Amino acid sequence: MSGPVATDRLEQGRRPDEIRAVPVRRPGRWVAAALILLFAASLIHSVATNKQLEWHVVGEFLFDHRILDGVVMTIELTVSAMTMGVLLGVVLAVMRLSPNPLVSGASWLYIWFFRATPVLVQLLFWYNIAAIYPSISLGIPFVGVEFVHGSANTVVTTFVAALLGLGLNEGAYMAEIVRAGIISVGEGQTDAALSLGMSRLQIMRRIVLPQAMRVIIPPTGNETISMLKTSSLASVITLTELLLASENIYAVNFKPIQLLIVASIWYAVMTSLLYIGQYYLERHYARGATRELALTPLQRIRMGLFSFRRREWS
Amino acid sequence: MTVPMVEAEGVHKRFGRLEVLKGITLRVMPGEVMVLLGPSGSGKSTFLRCINHLEKINSGRLSVDGELVGYRQVGDELHELRESEVARKRAEIGMVFQHFNLFPHMTALENVTCAPMRVKRIPRDQANASARELLARVGLPDKLAAYPAQLSGGQQQRVAIARALAMQPKLMLFDEPTSALDPELVDEVLQAMQQLARDGMTMIVVTHEMGFAREVAHTVVFMDAGVVVESGGPTEVLTKPRHERTKAFLSKVL
Repeated sequence: MSGPVATDRLEQGRRPDEIRAVPVRRPGRWVAAALILLFAASLIHSVATNKQLEWHVVGEFLFDHRILDGVVMTIELTVSAMTMGVLLGVVLAVMRLSPNPLVSGASWLYIWFFRATPVLVQLLFWYNIAAIYPSISLGIPFVGVEFVHGSANTVVTTFVAALLGLGLNEGAYMAEIVRAGIISVGEGQTDAALSLGMSRLQIMRRIVLPQAMRVIIPPTGNETISMLKTSSLASVITLTELLLASENIYAVNFKPIQLLIVASIWYAVMTSLLYIGQYYLERHYARGATRELALTPLQRIRMGLFSFRRREWS
Repeated sequence: MTVPMVEAEGVHKRFGRLEVLKGITLRVMPGEVMVLLGPSGSGKSTFLRCINHLEKINSGRLSVDGELVGYRQVGDELHELRESEVARKRAEIGMVFQHFNLFPHMTALENVTCAPMRVKRIPRDQANASARELLARVGLPDKLAAYPAQLSGGQQQRVAIARALAMQPKLMLFDEPTSALDPELVDEVLQAMQQLARDGMTMIVVTHEMGFAREVAHTVVFMDAGVVVESGGPTEVLTKPRHERTKAFLSKVL
């Protein structure tokens, strides 16, 4: 016996004499729905009526200025570490694909090193860098020319240590993502661009990278979301971001659960905003890849369409 | 004496141990249309790619418009050209590919204006104006804003021809330009190429379109297994082939 014919999925079409059949009954769905609703209701009930949760405390601290300062710090750290990661990633990926074995080898070594050690260890390393390099200077090595000079403790602040720890590590992961994007672009594209007299750099910038973006963006969105939450590790090296800000408050008022809920709410809000940003970014780089751009959610609501219909091209 | 547009003398090309070109010698004069025929794997496409240095030849001499491809002769020595010099020479040779290779993230107009703007530094307005003219010339005046995915294969290939022409090349290379097309769409591309030939463009065309070879080509070259088996005028080669190998091939494609 074959399964039921999916008559309810027949496409709405311009075809004449559409089939109007009685859809197959699906009692299993009703049972599942009832069970899920029951479970959800009991969960909501227990959370809402639990006196120990003290929701008013959550409300009290949700917009506390210390929490908001923590949110701002988390955003600053995430944005700067991701920016550093993406820039490094592009450079490392292009290096990795270089025909020069020294250049690609250096990139390989970097990627290996930063993926081989935990990011928390890296954070602690940068935080303690003053122990091995008491003073840091920027200049030309071995000839005594220095542009910047300072003690490690003033140059590598906790923010800089957190940025280095997260950003350098991210660069290694982004390099692999960018590399995957670059090699996903067909050779024919490079052939065509070369035959037009474009230089390697122009081809990378104008032809390959814009197309690679379609492959690069979804995992990069993933990395950004991940970074937003990984940035909480910086609390360990005393950077007062969202998590440490909450910890500092509950160290005084002994309400850890409420403050962790506050922090979680903010993390969830920020993550959701990133989801939206990613959606529109992906849409932007889909230009030319599909014959028609998918509608934005707003456009879809306006048109009153909520079906799962996919664009189909024969 | 006019300088040949392309001159090949004993051109060899190996990929690893596989010898793809085993001494190609031929000459294309300015304004000439040469059709390269031959079974797949005979080295036609590779030879075409050698002409604009997408592939490096292993031995022999290959020159375009009197200048060596990829090298400079200094006394008895050959010096490799720098990438920028190779690029400058490639810019003077147009190439059309079997799979079009349009830039999918750019509109038809942007595909055509990209190289003139980036390579020749032509201002946008001027590049746009000549791109419009070129797209009209290949019969696509109303597809300026279309992305490649929105065009049929024949339309895409015509955009690709316009893109190559936008660099005002002195030589056009066509690598099986109609092989990836539905039979119905072949004609529109061949017509654009025929028009180009009539305008006096020097062209080397790898194709299996015998009709095109017969009507448009000045010279037909039959290649097999990396060597030129025979060459001559289209009637000579296509109707009175001298070699058995050519006869066998023609009997299958005609």
